[in-house]
Amino acid sequence: MPQNEYIEQHIKKHGRRLDYEERKRKKEAREGHRIAKEAQTLKGWKAKQFAKKRYSEKVAMKKKIKAHQESKVKGPSTPAEESGEALPTYLLDRQNDNVAKAISSSIKQKRLEKADKFSVPLPKVKGISEEEMFKVIKTGKKNNKAWKRMITKHTFVGEGFTRRPVKMERIIRPSALRQKKANVTHPELKVTVFLPILGVKKNPQSPMYTQLGVLTKGTIIEVNVSELGLVTAGGKVVWGKYAQITNEPDRDGCVNAVLLV
Amino acid sequence: MATVIPPPSKKQKRQAQQVQEVPLIPKDLPNILIKFEASDTGESVGGSIRVPGAITEKQLEELLNQIQGTSDDPTPYTFALLNKNDKDESKTEMIDIKDDLYTSVLKPQIKTTEDFMTLVYTPRAIFKVKPVTRSSSAIAGHGSTILCCQFSPNNSSRMCSGAGDSTARIWDCNTHTPVATLSGHTNWVLCVSYSPCGTMIATGSMDNTVRLWEADTGKPLGKALTGHGKWITSLTWEPLHLVKVGSSPRLASASKDSTIKVWDTSSRVCELTMSGHTNSVSCIKWSGSNIIYSGSHDKTIKAWDISARGKCIQTLKSHGHWINHLALSTDYVIRKGGFDHTSNKSSIKDLSPEELRTRAIKEYEKVAKLSGSIHERVVTASDDFTMYLWEPLKSGKPICRMTGHQKLVNHVSFSPDGRFIVSSSFDNSIKIWDGLKGNFIGTLRGHVAPVYQTAWSADNRLLVSSSKDTTLKVWDIRTKKLVVDLPGHADEVFAVDWSLDGKKVASGGKDKMIRIWSH
Repeated sequence: MPQNEYIEQHIKKHGRRLDYEERKRKKEAREGHRIAKEAQTLKGWKAKQFAKKRYSEKVAMKKKIKAHQESKVKGPSTPAEESGEALPTYLLDRQNDNVAKAISSSIKQKRLEKADKFSVPLPKVKGISEEEMFKVIKTGKKNNKAWKRMITKHTFVGEGFTRRPVKMERIIRPSALRQKKANVTHPELKVTVFLPILGVKKNPQSPMYTQLGVLTKGTIIEVNVSELGLVTAGGKVVWGKYAQITNEPDRDGCVNAVLLV
Repeated sequence: MATVIPPPSKKQKRQAQQVQEVPLIPKDLPNILIKFEASDTGESVGGSIRVPGAITEKQLEELLNQIQGTSDDPTPYTFALLNKNDKDESKTEMIDIKDDLYTSVLKPQIKTTEDFMTLVYTPRAIFKVKPVTRSSSAIAGHGSTILCCQFSPNNSSRMCSGAGDSTARIWDCNTHTPVATLSGHTNWVLCVSYSPCGTMIATGSMDNTVRLWEADTGKPLGKALTGHGKWITSLTWEPLHLVKVGSSPRLASASKDSTIKVWDTSSRVCELTMSGHTNSVSCIKWSGSNIIYSGSHDKTIKAWDISARGKCIQTLKSHGHWINHLALSTDYVIRKGGFDHTSNKSSIKDLSPEELRTRAIKEYEKVAKLSGSIHERVVTASDDFTMYLWEPLKSGKPICRMTGHQKLVNHVSFSPDGRFIVSSSFDNSIKIWDGLKGNFIGTLRGHVAPVYQTAWSADNRLLVSSSKDTTLKVWDIRTKKLVVDLPGHADEVFAVDWSLDGKKVASGGKDKMIRIWSH
């Protein structure tokens, strides 16, 4: 490896060898012979690699030749490949964000294909014991009562929730672990959007956790997709869609989910 | 499925709670003197007449029919009071008579019972279009998104649609079957247009060419018309009454390459090329006074006089952004040519070109003439959320600027009689405006996504709109309410057209299905 640009500098200062161009031309001219020789003599893995490289080069060259030949003929002879994204004149020059649209049409496509309704991306989850989920809180004057529990996982608490009076509140959902929004990924389009959570539909661990709104891996949540602008066949705006949580929110501090389509 | 009507606003609720006045007509109303005047010619009919002050619209209609001797075959009319302002001629206004003379004129104290009143009458369409209520069929056939569709001018049995699969197709709407596939284009077919004589179809495509087809059989008429450097954005035919005797109507095409070309359709050569715009031409319309109006993305509207070899006679600048669409007050009647709601499939052959011409002139003058002289108004819709109403042959200044939309206005159209303008916008609303003055009349809300296009029924009463929210909706202009909601398409609806006899509506969109709607 040259440590500096001394080669270039030398060339600039003194020029190249007098027979440089000639040698270069000859080297290039012999290139074909060299490749042919290699093709005949290489063995084993190297030969395989060489053949693969040579094959792709030839395909590229053939394509290029064909393209050149076609460009000489005036216009495409056959109708252009159907792209499926034909637009009327009044939408042609607009850059419309088709992401939401694409999502909606792919959802419809999926429905048409009669995909299994009940399959979810994460079919099985590891069980969580009650000890892990709840932390016992000692109360009472002597700290000897132990009927209070605090949830150690992230939770979704609906809007307008007020905590019950202290002596009535059996289960505490710490406000520091409450989540309102989730990073929802569309599985096919690989688009991730930060969407508000509407509710917890099902926590696979226990129906009680569903009620409490505990967010663990595998939980089905409902998210607000209204900003994507999806529309049903009847012409109404779709706004709630289900998604499944893919990470352990208490490890990452955020909720990641995949949209169920 | 139906659109949920939004709950009444606080203001509306308060209004509903207030005690409503019961419309009472006083019994001791004296007689008043009136005079009838035709709206198109300005002639007065029957001299001055003494009528009761509480005369209703129906009675006025009966009276006028009697005077004109048409009481056995009565023509429906609408009446308006000509409120002249002697000091300022421009302040003369028309007040529509809604139910009876008392409630619309006397009660708001526009005139007193002692004044002499001039009532201007306009014949209404003599037939009534029923609102479409059901999808009579969904026809598959196109391989890709349907981009445009248009009914033939003579009746509702033929319709042509263009799609992204580089073909246009002619459909028989009575049997819901395909008639012909017009293949020849090599890219999306962006616009289709029937000639006003009903014998030809022109298609403009993404492959920069225009092609002509026989409307009857779908056979190509010659090769593609080449010349444009970019795709075709709009097509317009020469109005039938301007066509020289013995020749076929000419065609004008606008392109993204910012030029407009006029083609001779019999020899299929380019007659004129008008270049003056500096950006894509978005819409062109050939007016009845032989002028082509073009709206462009360079924010200007230009008027090209075709009788003077395509000289640019007017450049209208007021818009602050692209012009998306423009409409003429005579669009509908020009498209109709010499046909009317009674014409049928064979009337293309039965009627001689001369007869069609004379009928076309008569029909055109009926709509274009306002108190004796021809007025053609142009309305332009723009990306700057506004519209302007122009009368370019009179002045380069707009009559009115129409504001109110909150997003770009995609489509505007005049009602067949030119009395209303309707604009559809990406803010999910449709607005109705007065066609003469440009005053705001009302908003039609109901779509939940951008409204792409609208189409009028031939009797000016109904309107159908297509939207991104996959539905069509039929609206009543008089009540400004939704009449029918037409769900059915599986994806956004790009094109809609109401047949000229009012029987059918055709629509097509991204779900690749042509749908025919009927009553």
